[in-house]
Amino acid sequence: MRIAFASGKGGTGKTTIAVNLAWFLAYEGQRVQYLDCDVEEPNGHIFLKPAIERQERASVMVPIIDQKRCTSCAKCGEVCQFSAIVNLPSNTLLIPPMCHGCGLCTLVCPTKAITEGTREIGLIETGKTADAIPFVHGVLNIGEPMAIPLIEQVKARGAASHTQIIDAPPGTSCPVVKTIRDSDLVVMVTEPTPFGLHDLKMAVSVASNLGVPVGIVVNRENGAFEPLERYLETRSLPVLARFPEDREIARSYSEGLLICEALPTYREKFKALADGIGEILKEHGESKGWQISANL
Amino acid sequence: MADFSELVIISGKGGTGKTSLVACLASLFKSRVVADCDVDAANLNLILNGNVVEKKDFVGGKKAVIKSDLCTVCGKCLEVCRFGAISQDFVVDRVACEGCGACHVFCPTSAIDFSPRRCGECYTCTTADGQPLVFAELLPGEENSGKLVTMVRTEARKQAETKNIPLIVIDGPPGIGCPVIASVTGTSHAVIVTEPTGSGIHDLKRILQLTAHFGINAGVVVNKSDINTTHTSSVKALCEKEGRAMFFGGIPFEPKVSEAQRKGITILDYAPTSEASTAIRNIYKRIKKNMEES
Ligand code: SF4
Ligand code: SF4
Repeated sequence: MRIAFASGKGGTGKTTIAVNLAWFLAYEGQRVQYLDCDVEEPNGHIFLKPAIERQERASVMVPIIDQKRCTSCAKCGEVCQFSAIVNLPSNTLLIPPMCHGCGLCTLVCPTKAITEGTREIGLIETGKTADAIPFVHGVLNIGEPMAIPLIEQVKARGAASHTQIIDAPPGTSCPVVKTIRDSDLVVMVTEPTPFGLHDLKMAVSVASNLGVPVGIVVNRENGAFEPLERYLETRSLPVLARFPEDREIARSYSEGLLICEALPTYREKFKALADGIGEILKEHGESKGWQISANL
Repeated sequence: MADFSELVIISGKGGTGKTSLVACLASLFKSRVVADCDVDAANLNLILNGNVVEKKDFVGGKKAVIKSDLCTVCGKCLEVCRFGAISQDFVVDRVACEGCGACHVFCPTSAIDFSPRRCGECYTCTTADGQPLVFAELLPGEENSGKLVTMVRTEARKQAETKNIPLIVIDGPPGIGCPVIASVTGTSHAVIVTEPTGSGIHDLKRILQLTAHFGINAGVVVNKSDINTTHTSSVKALCEKEGRAMFFGGIPFEPKVSEAQRKGITILDYAPTSEASTAIRNIYKRIKKNMEES
């Protein structure tokens, strides 16, 4: 089971909701694993505070060009779709950050001047929280544009035996698509502002293009924002929970605390969220392994 | 050498109020082109309300499509595709396809179509004060937002050149990856908007490393600075320690800011005498001075 948390707009509270739901599900006895796929700015660990047990370097394939064998035929540069190869009259250069590691240049080189090696793009850390929630996150290297292979490698560490809570990157482009494409449900966390609504619409169409069911969390509410309510209604999008604009939440967030621990009255809300998720999963015939006990 | 400078506003962490600050700076720097490079979430025009004067298609990377009538199911494409994008019954999964073209190059019967697609649109507008704004919209779920950022910047530069405008203000995307790198490369000055929270500081450190990596003169603004003054002080300390970063100041938390946001106008227009507005005008002066001096 994979439940992804996305938002379109950044800073809507997607990580806050994800870490607290993970904590809540574990508290209710579900087997949960937390996967932080927001590899450019991973923040889940600030709240879940896992003890890191293992660090691995994440890498991608990269061509190695043997200048002695290269005859400057320029075939490799011709086929490379990512402008990663610059063919000069007397030698052939690779621009590593542009390379997608597809291996095509190696395959087409007539003199076998290109072999392959690996290039490090980031770090993957695995561990456990104090509540024994298995935790995985990816940390992209500074200056590294290739986030997607790192996201895929974090996802590959998802355990089928657990409910995977996946924190997706913000936005609506490729990294989000690759993160949520095989999720059973995506929870979109939005805020009731014109920006929030604009970006929510984009994010919802990403999910519906992928055929992934969507549930909504409205965060930092402070009176109804009509345009958002109208949109949710016309699209029949289920609202799973609403969180008020609350200085106490902002404070516990700023200190890196879990709402469920610092402000236990909010557990009720996470229970409603968990139940709402269960219902959508049931509708889609995916509820296996999703059990929330009736009482807190 | 270009006779305009480029100032990029970035944040690392999303939702720190970057776009709202850009809208304010856009009105304070009277003569400027604004480039909204947050192409995943192009929100600036929701405040600046520009009139679109030109629209261009953004043509992104190619994707493979197997023409089943020509396919002899030889399996060569399956062998060369590294991204698991081709199914056992020879259909390309559009989402998994990286667009490398290996299958297209090796297909013996030329059964694989590999052509560029329209992935979004780029708009040039004129805002109420007669200045240009360039923004783009990526079709939902498309890739290559880095390339689209480059397109927005190219269009913005054309505006600056033809209209003799000395400054381009760039609203950059959150994060530190591909579209951010495309937004900051070649700029001289960066303003980083953060918030006084554990996550804000964590992400600030990473983005400061990025600006240092690209040799960009960076300065920091703390939004909602009075929410956690301890964290705000550590941001200041961090700026001093990093050496390369200036501290441009804090903007106090004020409910008026979110009221203005809901109305889709800047705080400077909504509550010009508020503390937040005063703080923003002071920040603007420091940014301007810093740009003139270095
Ligand atoms: S591996 Fe692919 S992306 Fe990298 S240089 Fe070779 S052809 Fe280009
Ligand atoms: S273009 Fe590359 S990634 Fe796409 S299906 Fe062909 S070989 Fe696979």
